[in-house]
Amino acid sequence: MASANAKASPLTGGKLKLMICDDSNIIRRKIERELQIERLQVIATAANGKLAVEAFRKDPADVVTMDITMPEMDGIECVENLVKIKPDVLILIISALSDKATAIEALKKGANGFLCKPFTDRQLTEALEELLRGAGNDD
Amino acid sequence: MMTKVELETFVEGTTHYFATAANQPASVGSPYIVQEGKPTIQEFTGMISIAGKRRGIVYFTASRPMLTVMLMRMGETELTQENMCDLVGEVANTISGNARRDFGKDFMISVPTVVAGEPEKIVTPDNIRSFVIPINWRSHSAQLVVCLE
Repeated sequence: MASANAKASPLTGGKLKLMICDDSNIIRRKIERELQIERLQVIATAANGKLAVEAFRKDPADVVTMDITMPEMDGIECVENLVKIKPDVLILIISALSDKATAIEALKKGANGFLCKPFTDRQLTEALEELLRGAGNDD
Repeated sequence: MMTKVELETFVEGTTHYFATAANQPASVGSPYIVQEGKPTIQEFTGMISIAGKRRGIVYFTASRPMLTVMLMRMGETELTQENMCDLVGEVANTISGNARRDFGKDFMISVPTVVAGEPEKIVTPDNIRSFVIPINWRSHSAQLVVCLE
């Protein structure tokens, strides 16, 4: 699995910093490749919750996409940690766990939205746009 | 022993995965029981251990040519062995995770274990029957194997 990859993030023009956390390399690359929202710029990717927290401490993202089932630290625990560091971070859970209880637990811990895997490009864009609208960050 | 309704959850999950993630529907056949020996293992296998209210394993097994085309259909340009291992794990993880919609949160799934070749590393419990769900996609065939108490 790839490791966390925190890059420097000198963002301009009101762009929002995005971190992608998923233990699947192909899902991380898919989200990065299919991102169609100009205001979001990927600054870091992480293969598990622990690496995501490390990258987030160095450079807190504004928006995070978060898997749940991951080694080392799962997405629910990671959400709790990220919200402690930056309470206004926007977190979209992207997970195959499709039961209501999991979605509710993630939202209670501080996530702002839930997208179920598998997803299309359009569903990803719509979920991220809804997340930004909900936080008043739409254009 | 699994019920017909429970197996239908995995058939639907498999159908949904290919239509959505691989951008092309698969023909998913009726599940059958492995009568003798072990279920089929192809070149790449992604396996999920199930714990909680149900116990057992779920695995997805496919050939390199099929995974190559799947990755291409997903827009992936790096057709590496590493990404093929990643893909079989992700397919098994997604279908098993989606099954929680029907099985509930006590259907606890592990992170995927991936095996390239080495069929001896895939061990199904001797006391549980394995159901094979045949998948035909383009000119390729793969299997989802469900082995639950």
